[in-house]
Amino acid sequence: MDPIAFGIVAACLLLSALFVVGSKNLVHAVLWLAVTLASTAVLFVLLRAPFLAGIQVLLYTGGVITLMLFGVMLTRRHERVFIENETTRERRLPAMLAAAVLFGVVSASIYKTPSLPNGPVRTVTTDEIGRSFLTDQLLAFEVLSVLLLAAMIGAIVLARKADFGKERSRVVPRREKAT
Amino acid sequence: MMPIQPVLLLSATLFSVGIYGVLSRRNVVGILLSVELMMNAVNINLVTFSHYHGNHVGQVFAVFSIALTVAEVVVGLALVILLYRAKSDVAIDGAQALKE
Repeated sequence: MDPIAFGIVAACLLLSALFVVGSKNLVHAVLWLAVTLASTAVLFVLLRAPFLAGIQVLLYTGGVITLMLFGVMLTRRHERVFIENETTRERRLPAMLAAAVLFGVVSASIYKTPSLPNGPVRTVTTDEIGRSFLTDQLLAFEVLSVLLLAAMIGAIVLARKADFGKERSRVVPRREKAT
Repeated sequence: MMPIQPVLLLSATLFSVGIYGVLSRRNVVGILLSVELMMNAVNINLVTFSHYHGNHVGQVFAVFSIALTVAEVVVGLALVILLYRAKSDVAIDGAQALKE
């Protein structure tokens, strides 16, 4: 991996991540998250994982960002009001402290661990990933498909209106009254 | 050839930024965004170790984790919409009905 290219991608990632947590307008935060996820795809290309980069662009930058934008738009209170992120100083300081402590512990352990791999031995091909999914990691694959089904059913059950049937029966008599 | 430590450090930083976002945001959608950041850091770690070890299982599980995140976003947004319908507000402070 080229250190200069890594530096550029890392700068993009960190800056956009800071904007994601920092920007007041939530729509801007979602768009900055799109930048973060796209730079992650570039980082995957640098790490010689082109298949993962493609999946990242398709699922994250395509799917998740669209869903998030829908979420922001559907849950705003009024038409013209910006979706503000009203965070206070009393909230921000402990959050910053917790993040700093976590970062300190993790980075210290990264540099203290003696047996980290030194460099890439060989490049993983997409062929290997596909074969592994259908042979060694078949259980993970099947669990994933069951999980997707469960998530789909769960989301439908949660998000539909609970009184859907009642509402329809209420609408019909009203229309009869009008005629 | 680059050592692995800077990449791991980058992913640790992303994760910490995500933690900060989860703890400081009030809007539930904002919290979900920060969780996405953290999951992204995890994926970077998986792919990095897969690359540096020359082993494909890391990438297989990165695919697994990406699909998992998408499912989580779908269910999370359904919950957010449910919260919005119940309270007509998506600030996390309002969602204490079970606590009180």
